[in-house]
Amino acid sequence: MTAVVPQGRRPKHITIGRIGIYVFLISAALFFLLPLWIMVVTSLKPMEEIRLGNILALPSMLTFDAWSKAWSSACTGLECNGISVGFWNSVRILIPSVILSIAAGAINGYALSLWRVRGANLMFGILLLGAFIPYQVFLYPLVRIFSMTGIYNSLLCIVIVHVIFGLPTMTLLFRNYYAGLPIELFKAARIDGGGFWTIFFRVMLPMSTPMIVVAAILQVTGIWNDFIFGLTFAGRENLPMTVQLNNIVHSTQGERAYNVDMAATMLAALVPLAVYFVSGRWFIRGIAAGAVKG
Amino acid sequence: MSAVSVRDITVAFEAVRVFNGLSLDFEEGEFIVLLGPSGCGKSTLLNAIAGLLDISEGQIWIGGQNVTWEEPKDRGIAMVFQSYALYPRMSVRENMSFGLRMAKTPEPEIERRVNQAAELLQISHLLDRRPDQLSGGQRQRVAIGRALVRDAAVFLFDEPLSNLDAQLRNELRVEIKRLHARLGKTTMIYVTHDQIEAMTLADKIVVMKEQRIQQVGSPSEIYRRPANMFVAGFVGSPQMNFIKGKIENSGSGPIFVSGQRRLPLHGYEFTGAPISGQEAVLGVRPEHLEVVEVGAWPGFRVDIIEPMGADTVIWCSDNDGSLQVRTSGNTRTSLGEQLALGIDAAQVSLFDSQSGERL
Amino acid sequence: MAIVSIPTAVASSARPLKSRRRVRMRLPAALALLPTALIVLVVYIGCMLWTVRLSFTSSTLLPKLDWVGFAQYSRLFMNDRFLVSAENILIFGTLFVSGCLILGFLLAVFIDQNVRAEGVLRTIFLYPYAMSFVVTGVAWQWFLNPGLGLQKLVRDMGFENFTFDWLVNQEMAIYTIVIAGLWHGAGLTMAILLAGLRGVDADLWKAARVDGIPTWRVYLSVVLPLLRPMVVTATVLLATGVVKLYDLVVAMTLGGPGIATEVPAKFVMDHLFERNNIALGTAAATIMLITVVVILAPWVYAKYVRPQGRPA
Repeated sequence: MTAVVPQGRRPKHITIGRIGIYVFLISAALFFLLPLWIMVVTSLKPMEEIRLGNILALPSMLTFDAWSKAWSSACTGLECNGISVGFWNSVRILIPSVILSIAAGAINGYALSLWRVRGANLMFGILLLGAFIPYQVFLYPLVRIFSMTGIYNSLLCIVIVHVIFGLPTMTLLFRNYYAGLPIELFKAARIDGGGFWTIFFRVMLPMSTPMIVVAAILQVTGIWNDFIFGLTFAGRENLPMTVQLNNIVHSTQGERAYNVDMAATMLAALVPLAVYFVSGRWFIRGIAAGAVKG
Repeated sequence: MSAVSVRDITVAFEAVRVFNGLSLDFEEGEFIVLLGPSGCGKSTLLNAIAGLLDISEGQIWIGGQNVTWEEPKDRGIAMVFQSYALYPRMSVRENMSFGLRMAKTPEPEIERRVNQAAELLQISHLLDRRPDQLSGGQRQRVAIGRALVRDAAVFLFDEPLSNLDAQLRNELRVEIKRLHARLGKTTMIYVTHDQIEAMTLADKIVVMKEQRIQQVGSPSEIYRRPANMFVAGFVGSPQMNFIKGKIENSGSGPIFVSGQRRLPLHGYEFTGAPISGQEAVLGVRPEHLEVVEVGAWPGFRVDIIEPMGADTVIWCSDNDGSLQVRTSGNTRTSLGEQLALGIDAAQVSLFDSQSGERL
Repeated sequence: MAIVSIPTAVASSARPLKSRRRVRMRLPAALALLPTALIVLVVYIGCMLWTVRLSFTSSTLLPKLDWVGFAQYSRLFMNDRFLVSAENILIFGTLFVSGCLILGFLLAVFIDQNVRAEGVLRTIFLYPYAMSFVVTGVAWQWFLNPGLGLQKLVRDMGFENFTFDWLVNQEMAIYTIVIAGLWHGAGLTMAILLAGLRGVDADLWKAARVDGIPTWRVYLSVVLPLLRPMVVTATVLLATGVVKLYDLVVAMTLGGPGIATEVPAKFVMDHLFERNNIALGTAAATIMLITVVVILAPWVYAKYVRPQGRPA
């Protein structure tokens, strides 16, 4: 009898449980990847192949026709200028909205966390609750207000709306961040004679880079992906990409060109996907900061 | 037969290998303390003994069984953690009985063991509370109780008192010592970075640094005959004084020479034959220096006086460096005063100034 | 909040000089908060009240300020389209929230098993959350359309009788929206819960191993209770998202086939901006508001009100 003397590393057995874990994770991964895969391959096929072939198959003949068509000549309703119009509209909406909402959030967060202003906490409480209320509750009166002031259906209007509805998350984000900094820093700056704005620009803002990155990730993806505000407030001239995409897909003239639809969809998804893949862990930090503490 | 035996173990973390064939043997009923600064590998060693960490080479024996490949629950061990690691949202009773219930122990037996352990630790009145309703000290008692009900032959403690404040720490330290005495044949292995815990609790101390064992010995051996400068400096507070110099053989025996100062070394037990002219470091504990009227080493100036109640620590210096002297609490000195110091050569330690090893 | 302000008031009356200086110091802060205060007052409170007020009028194309009592609400609850919307949001909400939690928890737990390529898997599970609902809807509409999508794929593989026409099936269409919603949101739940799992004290796992408690049992009896705050947060987040459901439906089914996938948010939008029935639209919006308040109230109570009541 020569029993093995146990020594060194415990022998590893491949258990059924272990296999089960991988089977589950891999099937889940396939479920999550599938739509992206078929979007990409469909956008690279000509229509005949789509009609006859397998939806999962790689294109037998690679063609970027659908992409160029989606970009420059697909019809959104009556006009046929492609989704590029929407792309540039989205860019024009995005840049001022992101900058202004982050600035507003940083100033609010700073004033709320470090300065005692009477009633400020009540205001912040209402603002936070407002973040959960469906936009439909505010839309009609807002439309009336903007019509009365004469800026309804303009770039200015949609930017203002994005800043208004970005306020709760942005304020929360910066408030929590500044509240987490050592208070002694603020006290030292006060003793050195700094006023409200001096402390903000000289002390707080230079320390805010991580939060600004997180806020930018949240706002860029959020505003780029917005549909309802763009639809309601931007006006025909400024419709963002999401609305244009929806119009292309649901425009009823002629046979549906699925390859063009999918190329347009991919184009509309590119910016947030790029943000997601480039930012990586920051993205998760962003949604965690925006979500868990909310 | 030893209670716990670690034989030639190596632990591999990805590219890093530690211990490289470390071996240790502990007797049944011993209280062993693994002592060292953070990162010295003491917790790693404890986790390897517990089976919470796979070793890559060597064997671990507990109670005469080779348990190298056994799961922690089958090793006959119980463990207490620094963060208490109580199961949240379970009552104290549930916390203590959860493991037994999983092992399908009969209900009356569970009841008996839990009550017994609770009584021993004086937590019977807390059995129906939840951990978040307990203080830190109570939580750690519960954690010890959870270990007790396992009826294990070997207890492992991973810095169990580090999260408690000073007073509770003292209280529970005594409690653990009492428990060890009460349980008789239970072997306890206790990890800490606190030398006072080590000195007060241990039958045997294992001093570690950078994943290597520096010295194994009783508290008094560790304190009186430290194997190297690291052990000498790590154990003892205030710290041992180190004086650089060399050894000279004179007619009447070896002498330690540092600048103008000389110390005849009769009464000092050398580990080998002293070599004349060897560079050495003299280690003297503050309590082995005394203030004398006329002594071997005059010419020290008093820099700082730290009264500590029972005794007073005097910091004094000459041109070569400073020394701490522990004197009785009613010694009268004043700042700037000149002192002479006497040294008991039988109580000092001598180290090789290159290797730091004891001479 | 009121309690906090009382000591300040007392202090200021006792030391008027110092307090005046302090007010001057705080003036810029108050000014900085003023625009937000105005927005809260005008938009968050004002517009909300305005909408509620409009729901008690007979406004159609243009707002009127008459008073018709609950007439719009009784019309609303007799309106097929609204009843279907309400039923749909209930089905969607239940399945979407529970589905996201279960799938998210399983994904988080399995990813936590020290698996290979953890980073890649996490990236794959979460990327849909970065995309808009419109993109999500369009993609799933394409994949699930019976003519060229999944049904054809399986039939081409030889199963000629395979049928998967949920997208165009009155009874089943709402479930396709659930699938797309899960695809979009499960990763978020996973990310929140995974962060929670990683925060669990490592000693707790060791203690459980020494006690010989099986892994699944540790997750169930020890870890899950610890994750309760994360589960609650995720649930509230998902549930308020449910009420907002609009873009996904518009992109995927336009509420069809027929009115099979109508949802309240779409009902409101249609009546406000296309069907010229402002009063009915705002009444539906008010119902949405009440629903959210009902979902939020226990959470807000548990998180902010109750802890203050308890002595520290």
